[in-house]
Amino acid sequence: MQAQPNTDAALRRLETMQLIRAYELALVELQRAGAPGTCTSVGQEACAVGVIEALDARDRIVSNHRSAGHLIARGAEPRRLMAEVLGRVDGYCGGRSGSLHISAQELGVVLTSTIVGGELSMAPGVALAQKMGKGDPGGIVAVFFGDGAACEGIFHEALNLAVLWQLPLLFVCENNQWQAFVHRLETMAEAAIADWARGHGLMVETVDGNDVDAVQDAAARAVAQIRASGGPAFLELSTYRQRGHFEPDDQTYVDPTELRGWLRRDPIRLYSERLRARGLIDSAGLTALQLRIDASITAALAYAQTSAWPSPETLTEYVYA
Amino acid sequence: MTPYSAIPKMSRMTAEQAMHQALREEFQRDPDVMLMGEGVATKRRDLLDDFSAARVRNTPLAEAIIAGTAVGAAASGLRPVIDLLFAPFMTYAMDALVNSAGKLRYLSGGQFRFPLVAIGMTGGGWSVGGQHNHNLEAMFVHAPGLKVVMPAAPADFKGLLKAAIRDDNPVLFFADIGLLHEAGDVPEQDDFIVPIGRAAVRRVGDDVTLVAYAKTVNVCMQAAAQLEAEGIAAEVIDLRSLKPLDVDSVLNSVRKTGRLIIVHEASGLCGIAAELASLAATHAYASLRAPIIRLTGPDAPAAASWVLEQAAIPTVEAVAQASRDLVEFMPVSLSETNLCTPNHRSAGSQSCIY
Ligand SMILES: Cc1ncc(C[n+]2csc(CCOP(=O)(O)OP(=O)(O)O)c2C)c(N)n1
Ligand SMILES: [Mg+2]
Repeated sequence: MQAQPNTDAALRRLETMQLIRAYELALVELQRAGAPGTCTSVGQEACAVGVIEALDARDRIVSNHRSAGHLIARGAEPRRLMAEVLGRVDGYCGGRSGSLHISAQELGVVLTSTIVGGELSMAPGVALAQKMGKGDPGGIVAVFFGDGAACEGIFHEALNLAVLWQLPLLFVCENNQWQAFVHRLETMAEAAIADWARGHGLMVETVDGNDVDAVQDAAARAVAQIRASGGPAFLELSTYRQRGHFEPDDQTYVDPTELRGWLRRDPIRLYSERLRARGLIDSAGLTALQLRIDASITAALAYAQTSAWPSPETLTEYVYA
Repeated sequence: MTPYSAIPKMSRMTAEQAMHQALREEFQRDPDVMLMGEGVATKRRDLLDDFSAARVRNTPLAEAIIAGTAVGAAASGLRPVIDLLFAPFMTYAMDALVNSAGKLRYLSGGQFRFPLVAIGMTGGGWSVGGQHNHNLEAMFVHAPGLKVVMPAAPADFKGLLKAAIRDDNPVLFFADIGLLHEAGDVPEQDDFIVPIGRAAVRRVGDDVTLVAYAKTVNVCMQAAAQLEAEGIAAEVIDLRSLKPLDVDSVLNSVRKTGRLIIVHEASGLCGIAAELASLAATHAYASLRAPIIRLTGPDAPAAASWVLEQAAIPTVEAVAQASRDLVEFMPVSLSETNLCTPNHRSAGSQSCIY
């Protein structure tokens, strides 16, 4: 039986998940109006919120193309994320990244890569530097990647090295069942990514990725184990990519029954119901929360849309150090 | 007069549709042709339905093994086409393509052949940034044993893809993202092929030769139209194949015009333009009436921001201005630096590395 979070922590989890959702849906609207498409994390908010909450400020995060949840849970400002997606100067990467490779070193979100497997190739090095005293003392690294990334050979190379060198690295596989336009059942002979990981000889846990409390619990255990042992741990979070791979996506290739089943297990809906049942929030409270979040996203959008475009004069800035 | 029956039946379609038609026709023609890649069976559902799941395969998300499998299968009698999605993902496949497909025919003393095609999209237009948009075609040109094509017109997307599938060598087929949805006339007959290694003269002119491939062909065509109004006749050559290069077409044109500008979106360093400039300087030296100019992308990753992405692509105005500069060129009147034209006038900070 997992511990119940206190009221503040529980409400914070709900609010952060809702903020991520509102942010992602605002980007969907923006894309419809002509902005670049994005890979939204709708349906996976509990993974980001649960894992990030288990980390400290001294820890580092390495992420991938579906990074908005990780960034927002870590405290990234939606307005600067939106400015980045729109290619404006006030974005976290000055508009160079767009949505696909947003890093924010100030938040400890380092080296986001949209090359699937890129995150896994770099994370051991970040953890090695932590271990060799380059980061904040005692810091560990969490790397977020998908079930698709686990199909790249680099997945096994990274796991082997992390175990061999005992690197303080938390592997977080968000198994959302999809690898762009291919279902994972079509690409893997093994039933779960965790089965592959176990062969490498590290602590492995499979968790319901749509239950934020369960994710937080498991992540906290894994983080404690990494801090105690110095070596890596592995979490597989079972979840679902509710929207398409990249906006827009009509999802005609998705089995509607499977999708409906997962929509019933929407992480935000599940959590709202749980908090309501615990008496921590009521309908009025939920409405007020949603209004507050919507207002903040509207303000963020206004900021991003009025942010300046980068000057073409700066085209070759940052190529070399 | 061309007999009516010899006039090819044309259909209007996009470059993307032309590629699909090429695949469909080659699937029909040769049972050894097969397709592998992340989502190819999802995206090309009709091929899966009309041919077989054995020949149209969704793969795991794993470019190294997709390419490696294609190499092994090609050496063993199949004719695989692999869709590696965006060109930067090809770096994962580089070992199989460069070290295996490109070298093992030679290193085995000619025992094997590798009839495979690797497709990758690239180029500006989608604001996706440098991990999806990287014109790295010259890297593969540099690798022995590989052929490289990059079409501009929808008809060439079809004809070159069919030629690539029939070729007994590994062929890298680069599709410019910015062109995929452009429509054009495409011949319908089954035996329509565009031979690899042959350029197309898109416009005839005597004053300056503009050489380009992929999206910069259209940039040059627009510049040529502008220049015509000013009394400058530009000849526009669409390379279509980057290896083998149709050197004769370029040299013949330069011998006529005496002026050469090469334009591509890829970085200029050690690129196609550099190769052609060198060939022209060596083999058409006596004909040259002015220095050779390269207008290329910068030595920088592609940015996502629309403004920066577009600033990296040679513009119509830059091509037109470079043409005027060459036509007006007098050895004493212009210093060398005046001809170091940055590819985009507003991207002023771009240093002149030539
Ligand atoms: C090396 C590489 N191959 C292919 C792609 C195109 N692509 C981007 S995301 C994606 C699916 C990734 O699946 P997964 O790792 O499960 O992450 P998810 O998108 O489900 O979050 C693909 C195929 C890529 N970006 N990089
Ligand atoms: Mg996935």
